[in-house]
Amino acid sequence: MKIDFTHKQSAHCENGVVSNLMRYQGFEVSEPMVFGIGSGLLFSYLPFLKVNYAPVFTYRAMPGFIFNRFAKRVGVTMKREKFKNKITAKAKLDENLAKNNPVGLQVGVYNLPYFPEEYRFHFNAHNMVVYGKDGETYLISDPVMEQVTTLTEKELDKVRFAKGAFAPKGHMYYPIAFPETLALEKAIVKGIKQTCRDMTAPVPIVGVRAMRWVAKNIRTWPDTLGTKKANHYLGQIVRMQEEIGTGGGGFRYIYAAFLQESGKLLDNQNLLELSKEMTLIGDQWRDFAVDASRIYKNRSGQTDAYNKVADQLVALAAKEEIFFKKLKKVI
Amino acid sequence: MKKEEVPQDKSNLASANFRELCYAVDENGEYMTANSTGWDPKTIALGNAIKEIEERVANAKKRVLEGKTSPVEYYMELHKMDIPILASYVGMWQWRVKRHFKPSVFNNLSPNTLQKYADVFEVSVQDLRSIK
Repeated sequence: MKIDFTHKQSAHCENGVVSNLMRYQGFEVSEPMVFGIGSGLLFSYLPFLKVNYAPVFTYRAMPGFIFNRFAKRVGVTMKREKFKNKITAKAKLDENLAKNNPVGLQVGVYNLPYFPEEYRFHFNAHNMVVYGKDGETYLISDPVMEQVTTLTEKELDKVRFAKGAFAPKGHMYYPIAFPETLALEKAIVKGIKQTCRDMTAPVPIVGVRAMRWVAKNIRTWPDTLGTKKANHYLGQIVRMQEEIGTGGGGFRYIYAAFLQESGKLLDNQNLLELSKEMTLIGDQWRDFAVDASRIYKNRSGQTDAYNKVADQLVALAAKEEIFFKKLKKVI
Repeated sequence: MKKEEVPQDKSNLASANFRELCYAVDENGEYMTANSTGWDPKTIALGNAIKEIEERVANAKKRVLEGKTSPVEYYMELHKMDIPILASYVGMWQWRVKRHFKPSVFNNLSPNTLQKYADVFEVSVQDLRSIK
């Protein structure tokens, strides 16, 4: 069976699944809108957690958070199920498909056959929609892909029950109740307020203070860790900022798109101005990535170069601090 | 980022016939989406990360052949795992997995335990015992 589902590519999987599922239910909500209302924008540095033997840097909220906040703020009720064994997980999925109900699934990336080999890491918070089944093949709409794709029963089982951090445990979700009209205006204000609060929070691991902390550490990396490890860490920052799913500039461009859309919706000229400013901040993040990549490309270990990118990060922190203080006032 | 600035560098995305989505502004300052085939700064970063993993695999292989560690560690590196991830896949405590890195312990593992590792790594017990 095949459900009449429109696949639309998005930059990030979580926003994309929400946006596509909402469209199926008759509510047109863009990807930036989901991202902004769900307060997706963030910066966080968790040096005590290691992924691929480097500390965790993230430019967005924890997996699942964007989704939950969006649903709560616009008044959509979600049904979520997790499973202990593969047989019930599969039975429940088939049951929903038989009822013509496309569902979102949380999966691990490592065993996704249609991903390029180089991109298959043990990352378990990827999202996709299943919109049908043909014999023993599931029809998959993976929002980061240009086209729809398919997975066999065995392949889908494997990614649904990937192990490690954020193990999906067959996690399946779909919206069940909707308000008559989506109250986007209020939700936008709530979403923006939380982002402003998070980005200027007085704790060292999130927001502009985390950027300053990273900058401070970058300066010492070549001496304390050696050039090789320092470059590996720098590479990790750039990858988290630019890898598939960010829409470029560590989600800053998606956020600018959200501010532009919100400015028109709320008829707020200030938001349109701030959207332009956010675009410039995004450009500056891109410049940071270019300069950082020069260091690990040439494998140069001059402390000078590290200091230079650290300075850029400090400048970005200053800009974003001013930006979010302004944003808080105009909303 | 302007529409014309969306990077179209060569990258390994092409191997899967895949272009990612970026957000950019058009000439009127309106946001739109555009596909990108890749961007050098991150292609280099990814390339370096892959090279790092290859080095870890080669190093693990060397140590297995020297009898300093067991094939479990080699296969773990080959599958881009670390100890917490592997422990979670085989359903054992991390210290147990770590202990199985010792060749002397590994050689005395029960067929049952070996099978668990073989299933996770998708190899036969035969291949698990002696790496190529």
